[in-house]
Amino acid sequence: MMQETRIALRFVGKYNPDSIEEFCALGGYEGLRKAVEMGQKNLIQEVSDASLWGYGGAAFPTGRKWSVVAATKGKQKYVVCDADEGEPGTNKDRVIMTGDPHSLLEGMAIAGFAVGADMGYIYLRYEYPQLFPVLEKAIDDARKAGYLGRNLFGSKFCFDVKVVSGGGAYVCGEETALLESIEGKRGEPRYKPPYPSEAGLFGCPTVINNVETLAIVPSIVLNGGNWYASIGIGHHHGTKVFTLSGNLVNRGVYEYPRGITLRQLIEDVGGGCPDGHRLLGVQTGGASGNIISVDMIDFPMDVEDCAAAGATFGTGDIMVFDDTQDVLEIVENLLEFFTHESCGKCTPCREGNTRLLQLIRKIRRGDGTMEDLDTLQDLCQTMKDCSLCGLGQASPTPVISTLKNFRNVYLNKIERGGKE
Amino acid sequence: MQEESCQTSVDLSRIAAIAGRYKDEPDQLMRILLEIQSCCGNSIPREAATVISSVTGIPEAKIWGYITFYAMFSDKPRGKYIIRMCKSAPCHIVGAQAVAQAISEYLGIAPGETTEDGMFTLEYCECIGMCDTAPAIMINDSVHSGLTPESAVELIKSYQQGGAE
Repeated sequence: MMQETRIALRFVGKYNPDSIEEFCALGGYEGLRKAVEMGQKNLIQEVSDASLWGYGGAAFPTGRKWSVVAATKGKQKYVVCDADEGEPGTNKDRVIMTGDPHSLLEGMAIAGFAVGADMGYIYLRYEYPQLFPVLEKAIDDARKAGYLGRNLFGSKFCFDVKVVSGGGAYVCGEETALLESIEGKRGEPRYKPPYPSEAGLFGCPTVINNVETLAIVPSIVLNGGNWYASIGIGHHHGTKVFTLSGNLVNRGVYEYPRGITLRQLIEDVGGGCPDGHRLLGVQTGGASGNIISVDMIDFPMDVEDCAAAGATFGTGDIMVFDDTQDVLEIVENLLEFFTHESCGKCTPCREGNTRLLQLIRKIRRGDGTMEDLDTLQDLCQTMKDCSLCGLGQASPTPVISTLKNFRNVYLNKIERGGKE
Repeated sequence: MQEESCQTSVDLSRIAAIAGRYKDEPDQLMRILLEIQSCCGNSIPREAATVISSVTGIPEAKIWGYITFYAMFSDKPRGKYIIRMCKSAPCHIVGAQAVAQAISEYLGIAPGETTEDGMFTLEYCECIGMCDTAPAIMINDSVHSGLTPESAVELIKSYQQGGAE
């Protein structure tokens, strides 16, 4: 197996998360110290130089996000960590928070210093209840050791962190729904603009970053933006934590330089399909990612290359399925998920996912017609164009991509009326 | 630490005390409700919204709307242990259905139902973030993964034995 390059996972397994002393012995919180010394402007420049992107799925440049919030005037600003890792096929953030909660806190404090925020929230999904006490203990330890609280490192900078729990709603991974949820409301996305950078949590300028993104920040501060940018393979920058799931020998969470190919991840890292089965297809990026066929996996894993290859970078999820699986059954499963998780605020998503599910079930039963394929295509486009948030805009992706990459499966079902 | 149970009759003063602890902190509504749910037999009684509203000043309809939005809350009584079986794709393709069926058959209840002795409620849920060791379930706050139909039934048995103490 290829050697990993662990940066977001730098200290996972290297120290006891209960012990801030062990974390500090590894050089923990030195990034925060250096950040406070280097000043806001230089800090944001380093993060921009690093080509660090949001690793929660949207791939927005972190440096640019920070500089907007830093430039926005506001008496109160917030840093929000999106730890609502609800994307099926992704559990990297759980691994980071379980093994290295302090790097996350350090990253949040650095973000707070960069944008001028003195308060941070970790929005932790309900499904990770075991992490609640881990994070609260880490926060408490950091306060006692002087890495959170007032006048850090003798400067004017103050920063504290609070953990709040989610309630089991996938849509709260959408940033404005997440903010609503923290404010004690139903997790329904807001209309944008205004963007969270201007009017976010409680109406204040807010920077929202993913766990993985924040956990990488201390290393960038310590080693420089150019150092991180130089890690990728070829012209690619930085690393990505991938979650390998499904029909693979070596399922797990691995960090590799961006630019590693999907084939390398599946075959070299994942060990291929177990029990001598043949690879049939892969869904990349998460439940709303593209489903591609076995002949399409030779491309480097990065945002633009994935898009060009008809795949999705997203959260770095790689869900592999072998030739014992029924592609349409997987699509039906994904649509059941989206139908359940649609918040219902906008019609294209609420009704669209329900209709997509009905049509896929009809086709699977053997009652589908060629006209249904056109209806599917049309409905998917409407949802992409008209849904309020990313959930409804992206949920048709598995349908659109399988209509293209596994069209013969649909045609077989329709032509043979479901008989094999 | 086990919360004192107010399962049989709804203890409104207890609910008011929990809500009062987080008064004027809108970001703590989730915590209030999770605490109330854990001390009210894994469900939130309708009256709770009225009480929380009178203590916090948040409109009752907003509180009820909040409770009914989030999947982890229930307004129906549930068992001592809630078994949440993940049915998302990464679990599904590595045998989640067989695990769910084995648990369902062993307990003699369908998803959404509670055993007659009030021990277990069976539910389907979406991704619980154990994709790389799927299939997985949660029993209350504990996560169990890498299950087979056989090991899942053994796991339920261990809860039955522990619960009989």
